[in-house]
Parts: sequence; C-alpha cells; structure tokens
Amino acid sequence: MKYIKQIYLAIIFLFLYAPIAVLIAQSFNASRYRGHWTGVTLDWYVKLFNDQRIADALSNTLSIGLLSAGIATILGLITCVAMKEFSRKWRATFMSITNIPILNADIVTGISLMLLFMGIGLKLGYVSILLAHIVFNVPYVILCIMPQLMTLDKSFYEAALDLGASPFKAFTSVILPELRPSIFAGFLLAFTMSADDFIITHFTKGAGVDTLTTAIYAQLKLGVHPEIYALSTLVFVFVLIFVILFAINRRKLKHIEEVI
Amino acid sequence: MFNKFTRNILLTPFLIWAGLFIFVPLIFIVWYGVTDYDGNFSLGNIGLIFERGYLDALKLSVELALISTVACLLLAYPLCLILTERQRDNTTIISLLFILPLWMNSLLSTMAWQTILEHNGIINQFMKLLDLPTFHMINTEGAIVLGMVYNFLPYMVLPLFISLSKIDRSILEAAQDLGANSWQKFFRVILPLTLPGAISGITMVFIPALTTFVISALLGGGKLLLIGNIIEQEFTFQYDWHVGCALSVILMIFIILNMLLTTAFDPMKEAGDEH
Repeated sequence: MKYIKQIYLAIIFLFLYAPIAVLIAQSFNASRYRGHWTGVTLDWYVKLFNDQRIADALSNTLSIGLLSAGIATILGLITCVAMKEFSRKWRATFMSITNIPILNADIVTGISLMLLFMGIGLKLGYVSILLAHIVFNVPYVILCIMPQLMTLDKSFYEAALDLGASPFKAFTSVILPELRPSIFAGFLLAFTMSADDFIITHFTKGAGVDTLTTAIYAQLKLGVHPEIYALSTLVFVFVLIFVILFAINRRKLKHIEEVI
Repeated sequence: MFNKFTRNILLTPFLIWAGLFIFVPLIFIVWYGVTDYDGNFSLGNIGLIFERGYLDALKLSVELALISTVACLLLAYPLCLILTERQRDNTTIISLLFILPLWMNSLLSTMAWQTILEHNGIINQFMKLLDLPTFHMINTEGAIVLGMVYNFLPYMVLPLFISLSKIDRSILEAAQDLGANSWQKFFRVILPLTLPGAISGITMVFIPALTTFVISALLGGGKLLLIGNIIEQEFTFQYDWHVGCALSVILMIFIILNMLLTTAFDPMKEAGDEH
C-alpha cells in the first residue's frame, strides 16, 4: 500500500512538472522552433536582457501587479473592518457581493469591464487594465483578511480606547499589527493573481500596451520567442529558491521549538 | 468597535466601487444581449445563437467541463488523503512542490503540452524510438480535457486539502476502533466531512473549464470550438458584440446556478459565526 501511494504521488508529480521541464529545456535549445532540438545555447538568456519589448511588458506586469495589489489591499482592509460591525445577515450579503468577481467567469468579467470602460469613454490602456485588476483583486484580499479579523479579540482595542487612545490610534497600534500576516498574504495573493491573469487583461487592454501574458499570447500563433522561455525559467528558479529557503527556515524554527 | 456612522462611512467606498465596477458592467452585458444595433429591444441575438449552431459549442463545453471536474475530483481526493496522512515535517515541502507549478505562466505550460502531445512531439518520438505505434493526441477532446485538468487541478486540491486537514484525527481513530474498514471510513466519515471543500473545489474548477478559450485554442487546434472561443471571436474578429453578449448572458445563468450551490455550502459560514 505504501508503494502504491508513492507511485501515485510520483505520477501526479510527473504530470505537474513535465511541461515545466519542457519549457526549461526549450530555453537552452539552439533552434528557435519548439520540438526541434539542435543543441545547447545560452543565447536566449543574453538576448532576453536586450529585448526592449519584453522589458516593457515585464515592467507593466510588475507595476500593475504592485499597484493593483496595493490599492486592493487598502480597499479590502477598510471594507473588512466595516463589514465586521454589521449583523451576520448583512455581512453575509456583503460577502456574497465581494465574491462576485471570483465566482464569475473571467471572460464575462473582462467583457463587462470592457463595455463599461468604452461606455464611459475611458481609453483602453494602462489605466483600464489597472482598474480591472483592482476589481478582481479586492475579493482575494477580503478572503484573506476577513477570517482573521473575525477571530480578533476586541478587548485589547477597547482597553486602548479606555486608556485614552483615539479610535484611529487604537486601530493602527492594536488591530493593524495583529492583522499583519493576513494583510501580507492578501497582498501577495493579489499580486500573483494580477501577474498571472490573461483573460481579463486581454479584453481590457488597448493597442500598444501589453503585459507579459498578453505579449506571450500575441506570439503564440507564430511561435513564441525563446527569450520568453528564458524569462520564465529565471522566474521559476527564483521562486524555487525562495520556497527552499522558506522550507529550511521553517524546519529550523520547528527544531528550535522542539529543543525549547 | 465603531459607532454606526463611522461603520457606514467605511463601507461607502466599497459600495460605490461594487456598484460601478461589478453591477453596472453586468447590466451593460445584459443590455447589449437583448438589444440590436439601433438600441431597440430584440431577442434576435438569441435567435442567431440557434441559427449559427452555437448550441453545439455550448453542449461540448458543458460536457468537457463536467469530465474535467470529475477527473480533478477523482485525482485530488487520493492525493489530499496521502498528503494529510503523512503529518511529518516533509509535508510542507511536498505541499509547496504542488503549489510551485502555479508560478509558471499557464499559457506557456499549456503550450508545452502541445510540444509533448503533437505528432512529432515528445511522447510520439519516444514511441518511435521503441518501435511502438504512435498516437494521435493533439487537437482532440482528450487533449483539451488534459489541459483543463492540468490548469485547474490546484483549485480542487487546495480547498480539499484544507477541509481534510481540519478533520480531527480522533474521529478517524474512533471509526476504526468501532470496526469500520477503509472504504466505510472514507464514505461515511471523510466524504461527508469534506463535502464543503469538495463543493467549493467543484465550482472553482467547473466555471473556468466551462468558459476557457485559451486551452481549447492551444490544444484543440482551432477546430474544436468551445463557447469561450465563440464569444472571444465575436468580440475580436466578427465584431458582433450583441451576439457575444447574448452568449455571455447564457454563461451567466450557469454562473448564478454555481453561486447558489456555493452559498448553500458556504465555507465562510464558520468564520462568520464567531463573534
């Protein structure tokens, strides 16, 4: 039985990593066509750093990701704090409104926002992508912050008020520090969702503005430039290192806990 | 925590935001769906959907999305059971290894499946090397389902994993002590307790699978059209926005059914109860 379990894990593992292995291999392939292996090269990595279009798309992805995640985190946090004060019934109603962009299909959200932007005369471009990303990021932030906020102990906050702090001061010095992990998680999740989104960006972007995902999609028909493989290999390695460091740290922490 | 006035002020930005960017856009879609080019009310768009044979695409989309959802469910249960069983410190690493592929751009990894599955792809070249018959895999419904399972499996695994790890070990031990075999333990204890997680996984896989146009464009070779492909074409090639919106309205019916299903098994209920 133990072997069956290990084999099962191995098969799923293979299924998940096979395409990633193919992409990494392609970033070293001398041929610019996928499926034709003509030797090993590092050219694509060199060319990657001289490619202005990829640099533009990458900077759009990063700036839209950071800005939309930041604004969504602030809006989501304020909304969570307000929702906590409502009765259960109202809170449930507001929560189902906030959840609409997650439960809705991306293609419907994308088209509906495009129609709105064109309807109010906003030119499709950087700003429209940013607004659209905030729309679908807010619910992810709320899903991260709300559960922790609901379990928060009110008495410290009330103690701060009794000791003469203003509500704002009490909020920033008592509630905010307690919420820090979930605020951080919400921000990170929002950034990830923004960086990986294709469908909503596809419908809300204008000509001339591209994020990485839309730049890749534009290349798909004629063959993706191998520089893109090089870039995604670098991103993957970067995340992998981050994860390994995280795992090592965690193990060390556990070890220390056990010793104590 | 605050008085009612402050509370209402704090909620106002979100209500304005939701009105402008959630409700008004949806009204736009419905409006376009039921009007013609002159802005008059018309059900002609719905008629065109029947005439152009788009219902076949809808039927194919529902079928493939259902198959993918069931496949994800069947793959995810054993996976999550194995992962939660080994409550050792390498569980974190194994779980992280299953989240890691999410960081690869999904357009690129779907395209990598093209390289694996196509006629001169990796699998067929391997088969030729061994003098075995080759397979026709790319541009089939099976390839699209494989792409859907690859892209959406994590959305099934995460909620299931969370609800499985919340189960109290002692309940499982009690079931065993009372003489339940593994199957009974699964069907009468684990399955009912993880149903909310499974439902939320099902809704999170079914809707993206039903509405995707990227996976079918890459692995279906442009011949197998799903409802998402047709909507995308109506907007980017045909410029018949009214028909595109009418199709979106039909999709919204599926989405609303899905939302009702989710609220019936609301995973946030527990969080909302504590006060």
